[in-house]
Amino acid sequence: MSAMQAGAMKALTLRLQDELFAIEAESVREILDLVPITEVPNANPFVAGLINVRGRVVPLADLRVMFGMDRPPPDQDTRIVVIEIDIDGEPTVAGILADKVHDVTDIEAASIEQAPRVGMRWRPEFVRGIAKRNGGFIIIPNMGRIFETQGGRSTPLASEERSAS
Amino acid sequence: MTLPDPAETFRQEARELVEQLEQNLLDLEHNPADSDLVNSTFRALHTIKGSGAMFGFTEVASFVHEFETAFDRVRKGETAPNAELVAVALDAKDHILQLIEGNSEPISGGDAILTALRRIVQPGTAAAPTPLADAEAPISAAGWHIRFRLPADALIFGANPFLLLEELAGLGRCEVRAELAEVPDLSMIDPEVCYLGWNVTLLTDQPLGAVEDVFMFLRDGMDLSIEPLAVEMAEAEPEPIPLEVAPVVPEIAVPTLAEPPPAPRAEASSNKDAKAATTEKPGSSLRVPAERLDALMDRVGELVIAQARLTQIAAMSSDANLKTIAEELERLSSGLRDTTMGIRMVPIGTLFGRFRRLVHDLSHDLGKDISFITSGEETELDKTMIERLADPLVHLIRNAVDHGLEDANKRVAAGKSAKGTVRLSAVYAGAEVAISVSDDGAGLNAERIRAKAEEAGLIAPDAKLSEQELFQLIFAPGFSTAKEVTALSGRGVGMDVVKRTIDGLRGGIDLSTVPGNGTTATLRLPLTLAIIDGMLVRVGNGRYTIPLSAVEECVELPADAAAASKGRSFLDIRGSLVPFLRLRELFNAQTPPDAHQKVVIVSSGEGRVGLVVDQIIGNNQTVIKQLSKLHTGIKSFSGATILGDGTVALILDTTHLVGFGQALEDRRKGEPIKTELNGRAA
Repeated sequence: MSAMQAGAMKALTLRLQDELFAIEAESVREILDLVPITEVPNANPFVAGLINVRGRVVPLADLRVMFGMDRPPPDQDTRIVVIEIDIDGEPTVAGILADKVHDVTDIEAASIEQAPRVGMRWRPEFVRGIAKRNGGFIIIPNMGRIFETQGGRSTPLASEERSAS
Repeated sequence: MTLPDPAETFRQEARELVEQLEQNLLDLEHNPADSDLVNSTFRALHTIKGSGAMFGFTEVASFVHEFETAFDRVRKGETAPNAELVAVALDAKDHILQLIEGNSEPISGGDAILTALRRIVQPGTAAAPTPLADAEAPISAAGWHIRFRLPADALIFGANPFLLLEELAGLGRCEVRAELAEVPDLSMIDPEVCYLGWNVTLLTDQPLGAVEDVFMFLRDGMDLSIEPLAVEMAEAEPEPIPLEVAPVVPEIAVPTLAEPPPAPRAEASSNKDAKAATTEKPGSSLRVPAERLDALMDRVGELVIAQARLTQIAAMSSDANLKTIAEELERLSSGLRDTTMGIRMVPIGTLFGRFRRLVHDLSHDLGKDISFITSGEETELDKTMIERLADPLVHLIRNAVDHGLEDANKRVAAGKSAKGTVRLSAVYAGAEVAISVSDDGAGLNAERIRAKAEEAGLIAPDAKLSEQELFQLIFAPGFSTAKEVTALSGRGVGMDVVKRTIDGLRGGIDLSTVPGNGTTATLRLPLTLAIIDGMLVRVGNGRYTIPLSAVEECVELPADAAAASKGRSFLDIRGSLVPFLRLRELFNAQTPPDAHQKVVIVSSGEGRVGLVVDQIIGNNQTVIKQLSKLHTGIKSFSGATILGDGTVALILDTTHLVGFGQALEDRRKGEPIKTELNGRAA
C-alpha cells in the first residue's frame, strides 16, 4: 500500500476479458508469447497449467478464474506474463495468462481509490484499488492475496472450486 | 573464486574431528581395552589442539591441551577408561564444540569439566598407579619435548628461528633436531619460505610457562606442541639419540600410533596454502562446497534436457551422422549424470553415528538401559536427503526410547530382558531406501490411539479404520499419546513434522507393531532428488513420466478388461490379482481412448498396481523439477520434468498411486475407501 501512496506506481497493464488490470511492473520478469501448456489434472482451475520458462517448470495462473470471468480459448493476442511473487513467504515464479498485454504506464497514486464494498462482482480482498485513466477504470489486483489462497489456507471460493473440479 | 575463511575451515574440520572423538569415546565405553581407540581419541584431540592454536582458537587449544594431558594417562595405561570417564569426556567434547562454535563470548564450565577429568584419571583410582611426576601440565617435569614449526611466511615477517633456539638453550640442556621432510628439491626452494620444523628435547626444571614464553610472540599461526618429558620418552627412543640419527626417516615413515603424529601437520605446511589441508587421508578425498555440487547437478540437468532435444531431432532426421552423434551424446550424458549423482551420494552411516550419542544420553536421562544397534551404514543416499533426515530420525528414535520402550520393571514383568533394544537400519528396496527405527517395547496401543484421535476430533467416534490408517493418525498435527509430557516429548516438534519432512522428500512412513513385541517405523525414500530414469506415457492428450525403477512390467489391457464395467478393475498377472487404475478417468481425459490401451505395472514396497495408459512412448532421462507451492495439494504427482520438445510433463507419484490401488483392493474386500486421490493434502 505504501508504494501506492507515495507518488506514482509503475505498472504493466493487461486486459482480461473486457477489464483492464494493472500489475506492478517491478514484479514482472518477462512477457512470453503463448507456449504449450501442460494441464495438471485435478488441480484448482486457477493454476491448472504448467509451462516451461527457460528450463524452469512454472505454474500458470489464470486470474480470470478468480474474477469469475469467461475463459475463451487463447487467440493471437494471448500472452503469458511471468511474475515473481511471494507465496507464503517463499519467492515463487509464476505465469499469468493475459488476453492482451498493453503497456507499462505510471498510475498516479492520487487516481487510485479503494475498491468499493458494493457494486462489485469480485471478492473485495482480491482488489487492492481501482484507478481511473482516460475515462476508464484500471483494476489493481491484490496478487499477494490471490496467490495466498492457494497455499492451503483456502478461501471459501477457492475450496468450493477445488471440490467441484 | 574466493578463498575460504580459514577460521571456518578450522571449524569444519574440528567439527568432524569432534564427531570422531565422540564416536571413539562411545566405543571406548564398550571396549575399554582397545588401545587403537584410545590412540585414535588421542590423535583427534591432538589435531584439534594443533590446528586450534594455528587458527587463533587459543581457548580451544588450551582446553584441549588439558583434556589431552588428562587423557594421556589413559593412553599410557595408568588408568582405564570407564563409563564415568567417558561421560566426563563427552561433556568435555561438548564444551570443545561450544568453544569452536562460540564467537567470542567466554563459555564457562570448562574448568569444572577439567577438574572432574583430572580427578577420574588420578593415579590411585586406576590399576597402575605409576609414581610418575603428575602429568597434569603446568607443573614442571624433568624436561620438555618441544616441537615447533613456523608458518611458511614467518621469515618474511621477520621471525628468526635461531633466536628461539638460543632462548630455549638458555633454559637448560637442549638437543635440537630439524625436521627436513618439507624441504623441496633445490630447484623448487624459495629462499624466503621457512621449510624447517624443529624437535627440541629440553632438559630443565623450568615450568611449562617459561617454555611457552619463548614462543610468546609467535604463537599465532605457528604449530607448537610442548610435552612433558617422561620416562616413557627414554623407552620409546632408547638410543642416545640426537644429531647423528637421520631424523627424516622415523618422522615421516611412521606416523606412529604411540606418538602424537607430526606427519599430518607436515603435509599441511608442505601444501601451498597451509590452511586448507590439515588432517586425514591425504589425496583420497577432496573437500568441495556443497553449493558447487548443486550447481554441477543443475548444469547436468540442463545438459540432459538439451540432449533429449537433440535425440528427438535426430530421430526425425535421416542424417546418419547426426544420429550417431546424438547416440554418443546420450551415452555420455547418462554417464555424466550417474557420476555426478554418485558424487552427491553419502553413506548414511555419517548420520547414524550422531544417534549413538543421542541414545546414550537418553538412556542416562530416562534411566533406561538400552542397547542401540545400527545396520546398513553403507547405504548411500543423496546428500541433501541425509541432511534433511536428521531431524525426523532424531524424533523417531526419541519416540522409540521414550514412548516405545517400557521401564525395566515392566519389561521384566512382561518376560523380556530388562535391557531394551532400539534398532536403526537402512536397506535398499528397489528404487527406494527403507530406513527403519524399531524398538522391542510394548507396541502401539490401537485403542489408545483411537481414543486420543476421537478426543482430538480427528476421527468420528464410530469411524471404521484399518489398522494402518489408525496408525497414520499419529502423524496428524495435534496428536500425542504420551500420558505425561516429559522433557523429551515436550520439545515442540510433533510427528506431524516428521511426516511433513518425509513427504517433502517424496517419501513415505509405514508403522507396524506387534503388541508386546515392539514397533517399527519405516521411512521409505527415493534414492535421489535430482534425476531419474523415466518411462514416458500418454494419457489422453497429456504426457506423464513414470519412474522406471518402479515399473515392473508392461502388458496390453485385455479387451474384456477394457470393456468391463468400472466395478471390475483387476488384472490376472500370472496368477496374482493386480488392481489397476484407469488414468484416463483419474485425469479426466476428454479424447477418445486408444484402441489398444497398455497397463504399466508399478510397485512400491509390497504393493503393486497397474496404470492404464493410452500409449507407452519410451524411456527418457528425467530431470525432476519440484512443483511450486501452488500445487502442493496435488498428490498424484511427485514433480515435473521438461521433455525434449520443451513441454512440461508431470511425474507420477507411484507410491501414492499404489496406495490408491491398495485402497481400491480394500474396497473390493468390502472395506470403505478412505483415501481419495487428492484428498491427502487436506
